[in-house]
Parts: sequence; C-alpha cells; structure tokens
Amino acid sequence: MSIILDKVNFVYSADTAYEIQALKNINLKIEDGEFIGIIGHTGSGKSTLIQHLNGLTKATSGGIYYNGEDIYDEDYDLRSLRNKVGLVFQYPEHQLFETTVFDDVCFGPMNQGIGKEQAQLRAFAALKSVGLPEEIYYHSPFDLSGGQKRRVAIAGVLAMKPEVLILDEPTAGLDPKGRDEILDQVAKLHEEQGITVILVSHSMEDVAKYVGRIIVMNQGEVMFDDTPKQVFGHYKELESVGLAAPQVTYLMHELHDAGIPVTTDATTVAEAKEEILKKLGR
Amino acid sequence: MLRDITIGQYYPADSVIHKLDPRVKLFATLLFIISLFSFRNVWGFLVATIFMFSFIHFSKVPLGYMVKGLKAIVILMIITAIFNLFLTNGKELVSFWIFTITYEGLRNAILMAIRLTYLILGTSVMTLTTTPNELTDGLEKSLSPLNRIHVPVHEIAMMMSIALRFIPILVEEADKIMRAQMARGADFETGGIIKKAKNMIPLLVPLFVSAFRRANDLAMAMEARCYHGGTGRTKMKPLTYAARDYKAYAIIILYFIIMMILRFAVSVGNF
Amino acid sequence: MGIIKTKGLIHEYIHRDEEGNVESIQNALAGVDIDIEKGQFVAILGHNGSGKSTLAKHMNAILKPTEGTMWVGGMDTAEDEHLWDIRQNAGMVFQNPDNQIIASVVEEDVGFGPENIGVPTDEIWQRVEESLKSVGMLKFRSHSPNKLSGGQKQRVAIAGVVAMQPDCIILDEPTAMLDPNGRKEVLKTAHLLNREKGVTIILITHYMEEVVEADKVFVMDKGEIVMEGTPREIFSQVDTLKAHRLDVPQITLLADELRKAGLPVPAGVLTREELVEVLCKL
Repeated sequence: MSIILDKVNFVYSADTAYEIQALKNINLKIEDGEFIGIIGHTGSGKSTLIQHLNGLTKATSGGIYYNGEDIYDEDYDLRSLRNKVGLVFQYPEHQLFETTVFDDVCFGPMNQGIGKEQAQLRAFAALKSVGLPEEIYYHSPFDLSGGQKRRVAIAGVLAMKPEVLILDEPTAGLDPKGRDEILDQVAKLHEEQGITVILVSHSMEDVAKYVGRIIVMNQGEVMFDDTPKQVFGHYKELESVGLAAPQVTYLMHELHDAGIPVTTDATTVAEAKEEILKKLGR
Repeated sequence: MLRDITIGQYYPADSVIHKLDPRVKLFATLLFIISLFSFRNVWGFLVATIFMFSFIHFSKVPLGYMVKGLKAIVILMIITAIFNLFLTNGKELVSFWIFTITYEGLRNAILMAIRLTYLILGTSVMTLTTTPNELTDGLEKSLSPLNRIHVPVHEIAMMMSIALRFIPILVEEADKIMRAQMARGADFETGGIIKKAKNMIPLLVPLFVSAFRRANDLAMAMEARCYHGGTGRTKMKPLTYAARDYKAYAIIILYFIIMMILRFAVSVGNF
Repeated sequence: MGIIKTKGLIHEYIHRDEEGNVESIQNALAGVDIDIEKGQFVAILGHNGSGKSTLAKHMNAILKPTEGTMWVGGMDTAEDEHLWDIRQNAGMVFQNPDNQIIASVVEEDVGFGPENIGVPTDEIWQRVEESLKSVGMLKFRSHSPNKLSGGQKQRVAIAGVVAMQPDCIILDEPTAMLDPNGRKEVLKTAHLLNREKGVTIILITHYMEEVVEADKVFVMDKGEIVMEGTPREIFSQVDTLKAHRLDVPQITLLADELRKAGLPVPAGVLTREELVEVLCKL
C-alpha cells in the first residue's frame, strides 16, 4: 500500500472573489504500515488534505496515486477508494442513524457489496476490536454514552476493512481516560493488524506519544515532515505558526539552558524521565 | 452552492437603508413585488429599475455580493425561460424542426427573467440590510394586533428568528453528515426517486437528531438567561419611526401609485 | 453562607419504560456538600459521568434536588418564586458554542439576557458595550456569530451572561469543543473577569491544565466530592487522580515519576519553572 501526492493543489470557490487556496503544492508519500500524525492550526488545511486521500474531495490540480494507480484516471473507480481508505470524521457519533448499534456498523460493509453474511461478520469483528461489550450490540445507538457512541462510529469504518485508517481528532471532547482508551485502541489496531494510521490532532502530547512521523500543516502547505523528535526540535518555528512542542520538550530545553547537560529531544514523559535520571546520576 | 444562499445573511454597513425601520422595508418589499408582476410596458420597467437600483445604491451593499444570490435560481430562470419561449402561442418569429419561437414567447421569457431577477435582488436588499432579528421584530410589531385573537405573535417571531439563525449551521452540518456517510460508501446520487429517498435516511436521521439536540441545548441556554416568554421583555432595538421612515413610506407609496398608473392608464410602449 | 452552598444534595435520574414503570434509578449526585466563597475562582473536576454537569445544572435551578438543598446567593433553588433571581445571579455558559447563541448578530445576542429581565433600552446598550469590552469582542459587535472561531463564540456567550450582571458565572465544560487557542482565550477571559470585576467563577472541566490557577479545586467521582483543596494539594495526589479517571499535566506527571524514582522532588509541582528550579538545585 502506498499513497503518493504529487503537486496537489486545492482551491475553494475558484474564480470568485471568495477564492481560498486550501492546499498549496502538496508532495507526500505515505507508506504501508506507517503511523502518522498531522498537526496544524485551525484552517491550516489538515481536514481538506485528509478528504483528498479517500477521494471525497477532488484536487484542483496535481495527482494522487494509490498503489501506483492514478485515482483521477477515467477508468479508476474513485468510489472504491473509500473502501480502502477509511475516514473517521470529527465527532463521528453524529453520523449514527440506525435503530441498533449492529445495524449501523453494518452500513459501511453493506455498501461495499460483499453480501449480508460477510458484512455481518465484519461488523462483529469491528465491534469487538473497539472493545464494546456484546450486550449493547442490539441497543439503539442513541442510548449509549458519548464515548461508546464514538467507538460505534469508529467500528463502522473499521468494518469496511480499510488498508488506511484516518482519524480526525478522535479524542475531541473526551475526558482523559476516554482519550487514552481510544488512542490505545488505535495503537493496538496498528500493531496487530498492520493498518496504516493517520491521526489528525491538536494535542502535541498525544501525537508525540503514538506516532512515528509528523506532518505539520501551515496555511495549506507542508511545513515539516519528519520524526517527532526532529519536528519538535523546531519548536520556535512551530510557535510562530500557533503550534507548540510537548511540555516536556520545553522543559528539557530549559534544563539544558540552566546548565544540566540533558539532550533536548525528549517528547514524552518516559523519555524525559530516563534522560533526567541518567544525567543527574541516579 | 449551498454556501451561496444569501437570503437570511446580513451585510453590515452604515447606510440609510440599513437604518430604516424594518416595517418600512417589509412594506416596500411587498409593494415592490406586487408592482413587479404588474408592469407591462417599458415605462413600468424603467421606473421599477430606477427604484430598485437606487435602493441598492443607497444600501451600500456591493452589487457583486447581491448578484451572488442569483446563482441559486439560474436553473429555475432557464427552465421558465425555455417554457415561455417554446410553449407560448402567437406571432411566429422563427422556427426550426418542431420548435417554434413566437414573438410573445420571447417577450414573456424576457419579462419573466427580469421579474425573477428583480424579485431576488429586491428581497435581497431587505434581508441584506436588515438583521434577522430586526425582520422578526418588524413582523412581530406589525402583526401584534393579532395578539387580541390569541395568536402567539411573539413566540412565532422568536421561532422564525431562531430558525433563520440556524439555517447556515444546519446546512453546514448536513454537508458534514453527507461526507461522513459517503466515506462509508453511501450513495446520494444514483438511483430512481424511491431509491434516492431511501438513501437519504443516513442523512436525515442524524440531521434531525442533531436539530433536536440543538433545540434542547438552546432552550436550556435561553432559560439560563431568564427567558420566560414575551411578557416583561424590553427591547434592545425597539422599533420607533424616525423622519426618514416617513419619507421612505412616502417614496414607496408614490412609486406604487406611479406603477399602477403606468399599468392601467398607459398603453404606449406596451410589450 | 457562601455564594453557592449545598447540603446533602442528591439527584436521581429515574428511567421509566414505555408503560411508565420505573426501570432503574441512577444516582447522579449522591450527597454533595460544598460551600463556595464569593469572589473565588473555583474548579470542579471530574470524568464524564462523575456528576459534575448535573451539579452545575443545580446551580442555576435548571435541575431541582431530589433530596437535600442548593442555595444560590442565599436563595433556595427548590422555591419557584426565586427562580429568575437565581438565574440572573448565577449565569451559565455551556459547552457547545453554537447552541447558546440565539441572535444572528453578536451585539443582539449579548442584549438577549438584559431584554429578558426588563432592563430599559438605553441601559441595555451600555451593558452590551461593557460586556463585549470585558471579553475583548467589542470590534465584532456587528458580526454574524457564524464567522467567528469557537473561542470567539464562547467569549460572546460569556459576554451575554456578563450583561446580566450576575454575581457568579458557571462555565460548564466551556472548552471541550475548542482548539488549544480557543481554550486559552476562554480561560484568560474567565480569569480576567474574576480578578478585575470580582465575579465568582465556577469552572467545570476535565482538563487539568485549566485548574492550575484556581483558588480551590473539587474533584468529583460517582456523584460525590472525593477530593478538595488547592491546586497544589490536588496535583500532588497523582495516583488518586488516575484512579478517578483523570490525568495530570505532563510536567506534574514527570515530577511525580522522578519523585517515585527517588529524586527529592516535592509533591504537587504545577509549572515548568518550578520543576526546572527544583532540578537545578540538585
């Protein structure tokens, strides 16, 4: 699996007085099995970018290649791309509509034309993989708590067995435990099933903890595309565009400036702890 | 395209039209629409045009912005024009194959197009220069005599005001829901009428649920700010007539009288 | 008596089935006793389902106690005659920025509250201007709320409450749906109102970073107050907080881990500066 974006541009309301260039000259390559984080201020183009990856939005210019095939080619079935690239929107629980949880999760696989039995098997597997107890499968989705509804919505996309899973702010509005649970679940899926995962988030700490590669979007362009350590090393530039580095990264820099010879690239609590203990000789 | 709907959108500016009492503007729009569908000669057209474009000019809203609202009805206009063009009987102008364009057809098509355009532009002047709250306040005050026969005028006005406020929000939400369902393979495009209607369920159910949720939240927020119906409420922007309102009423009534004279008493230059 | 006081507050949600028979009873509040002093900035922390929102809704009499009493400014919320005075005195800002803005123009929405309580027209305009100024949104007075960012919308909502001149403002998870910048804006505004206008602020949240500067913090779980104290006192009990499904900011967590590893770091470290100072002294 690979996705390549080549000189992709996207313009809203082209040729009017309200023209906005949401994406400028995007060049990216996403490889199989990666766990990528996309960060950027509101309006930086993150949401627009991910909607290009599953063909929901069509680029104004430039090419997108899925497994080497041009998705804008006449003979390419753009709608089939949605089966391979699953997109979970922000507040996905707002899309639930069926009378039971199970039926709602079946919606996606049924639309894939694989037949009722296969679809149901996938729905079961998906619901299990998000850790929802069997008792609630036949409840109305509207009777569940916020966190449970969200898991149902995510299961609804997982049931389509995508090769790539994109999650737009999956932890928005959840409490700390809820946040950890969802992200841990996603990380587990990535590890166990090898799905490529793309996580869009506002939380630097969350992103630093889970991903292996960070893409920073700013005003429609890719500002940085590197490992978390490298990206957060540019913390001053990140600040200038309204972002930040994880709290511990700042701490390490400040300790270093105050004379303690710590390396400054820690991005998680665990890394910071190890480094501090090492350098303080304990 | 959904984003281009300009009805209900307010364009803030410091113009004499903005400052007019909303009741004047409601009255003006009503008379203007009546006059639009009654003129039948070139003089009526000229007077209506001068009247409308003067109002647009004095409103200080850029013409380009108003024209945007026409995009939504372009299709309607084309269909109406085509029907008028090919299906009106009368003096033949040109014909090819089985289609005949008559002089009357051409005239009617053009007149209809003008009327529809002016209708949208005229109504837009009102909604762009009047906040939805002012509009509903205007309606509330104009219809307040109905209180005596127990029509809940205030509550209706409040409902309309809130509905106007939430139109753009629900439109955006519908868009989001559609995209989310399309990402799950939903198909809103193919199929016959029955299939399309069924396919709308994944869009309509969440939208309704969301609307109810918002209504609930809103009711709580209103009560938290001490809303308890129309009794005892004061107004931040009470409607009182100023000199300019009386002048505007005079101009509008004059315009209407002229249009009626041109309609009934003048036949020179009839279309 | 403090401005908000409860004694043995109990709230039960009774779930009925289709015939009206009682299906289950849920104790959202299981006996809460709090006394909040006038002029304070108080935070109530808890995971989703801990009862904090239910408690908030008692403070302006949206909900009435099943048992026990809630006094607001000395008035008993169970007595209907005080209802509107209570709500004028204890203003509330909710989580969803869009669902609490009623008018289509910012200044008209801020005037909605004063209109409801019968304030004369001239005074309404005065209050609207002052309120918008106090939240830093005066220049947006003629704008449509639709074009504002989440943080700006919440500030307008706060202005709408300030215009009613309440003694205290309850903010029920005001930042849950905002991005980091929006969150900062809202908190800054809340602290400003507290410091400069003496408004009592009660902040309901599950984000720990927001309570660092509070005067007092309450932690709720299962419908009860389980922890009470200054931010420092609360933050020093990291494991207890985790048991209540909450989280601590990265710095506090790191400090706690270092302390557990044997370093002489004091409990309840709140800021980066503190931790740097402590570590440098070693």
